[in-house]
Amino acid sequence: MIRFDTVGMRYGSGEEVLKDISFDIEPGSFQFLTGPSGAGKTSLLRLLFMSLKPTRGLINVFGKDAATLTSEELPAIRRRIGIVFQDFRLLDHLTLYENVALPLRVRGYEERSYRRDVIDLLKWVGLSERIDAFPPILSGGEKQRAAVARALIDQPELLLADEPTGNLDPNLARRLLRLFIELNRSGTSVVIATHDLNLMDQYEARRLVLNDGRLQIYA
Amino acid sequence: MPDIQSKLPKPVEKTPEGAEHKQHSIVPRSSVSGSTLTLVVAIMAFLASLTLGAVWTVNDTAKSWQNDVSREITIQVRPVNGVNLDAALISARQIAGSFAGVLSVSVVDNDAMEALLEPWLGGGLNLAELPVPRLVSVTIDETNPPDMVAMAAQLKATVAGASLDNHRAWIERLTTMARTTILTGLLIFVLMMVATVLTVVFATRGAMAGSKHIIEVLHFVGAEQSYIATQFQKHFLFLGLKGALAGGVVAILFFLFIGWWASGDPADPASNQVEALFGTFGIGVGGYLSILLLIFVISVLTALTSRFTVLRHVGTLDRSSSDE
Repeated sequence: MIRFDTVGMRYGSGEEVLKDISFDIEPGSFQFLTGPSGAGKTSLLRLLFMSLKPTRGLINVFGKDAATLTSEELPAIRRRIGIVFQDFRLLDHLTLYENVALPLRVRGYEERSYRRDVIDLLKWVGLSERIDAFPPILSGGEKQRAAVARALIDQPELLLADEPTGNLDPNLARRLLRLFIELNRSGTSVVIATHDLNLMDQYEARRLVLNDGRLQIYA
Repeated sequence: MPDIQSKLPKPVEKTPEGAEHKQHSIVPRSSVSGSTLTLVVAIMAFLASLTLGAVWTVNDTAKSWQNDVSREITIQVRPVNGVNLDAALISARQIAGSFAGVLSVSVVDNDAMEALLEPWLGGGLNLAELPVPRLVSVTIDETNPPDMVAMAAQLKATVAGASLDNHRAWIERLTTMARTTILTGLLIFVLMMVATVLTVVFATRGAMAGSKHIIEVLHFVGAEQSYIATQFQKHFLFLGLKGALAGGVVAILFFLFIGWWASGDPADPASNQVEALFGTFGIGVGGYLSILLLIFVISVLTALTSRFTVLRHVGTLDRSSSDE
């Protein structure tokens, strides 16, 4: 699905933040991406999401060399990937329902064709009572779940989540993890970037550990 | 605690599940930067419309000066000892009237002459006692003018003291002056348009600076570049149209008022003076249509600026590499 081959990356003329990264993400796989703060987890996620380009090395995404993708091809590739940003990136002027439905709306689907799905998903993440609420009045946990729902609404082949449980209490974190596991069982590959050891201990999965810009993989 | 709820968009009406749900616009309809942009566009549209209208008025007035002068020629008959002036005037009128291309000939009568000389010589003149030349006014067909050289020669040979003035010097000066005035007006209009374009472009970019997070979110949820650009273009076309319409309509009302005031009362000396100098002071249908065109251009400019700003920003997001 995605293959990294000796990828290196640096910001500007600084030191490399990622060094000789090589790994695969197989279809239907589940993995945690972990490491200390500043180890490069977010940078690696951004490379996976193609919002950054590597300084060196090759990245193959869904059978295509990421370096040769044109700006016209990128939206179609991004639609196969759902992402949960650490800072949620919800639009404050849209309701929770509209935020979650946004990926479908921008594809030009009729609102009535996805309304049921969006409401069901919001119920699934425990936000059924907040459908018409706007993000500024939501708690951090509610925003987090809304961001997750938005990433899942179009049933992506790969889900990338950057610290998805960072704002959640342990109960909600467990619930969200179950949601990811359920999603994975339905065929979606999942990459969760986290430094929450407690979360990782709850589910046996491959661990990609970043340390000082280098990646170690624990099956 | 700040009142966040009051700053949020109005909640959409709840609709039954499965029914069409009225959604908020992807680009927020109202924002402080949007209102500022509308105001800036309105002011620039007003100023540009004023400049355009002024150039239009100057152009019309200059042309009417030129046309009025070139439509008329004058025969001057100086008093000569032993020659009956009235008979000489009649003779001059007959000669001028015999030429093809002459539409009408009339002797400027004593009352009209007195009125002409009154500002310099005062009232109560007795023209018979003064050696004042008399005039014959000849209106010609501009499209088929008479043979001026032949007319001048015949007048000189037949009527003692007669000479023909075809106002060539005046026409040449007026033409030069009119061209200079129009050119200056056009230059000012071009500068005004450049200022308008730059102001609208920078104001639109400024208004869009607060929307970059929206562009990024749309981009990352898989929206096509053209979809994002179209959303912003529609929004900014609306803002631009609102501002340009406001500025343009105020300018149109201004010209309608000035036109009405300048031609309001024929007995009012002030109105007459203004009309003598500036003609009717109306910008005419063409002028009003030009202002409407200007409104359209400014609106489209606002929309296109937002489109290019979006495309450039999305391009930056796609191109962003770790080396940047």
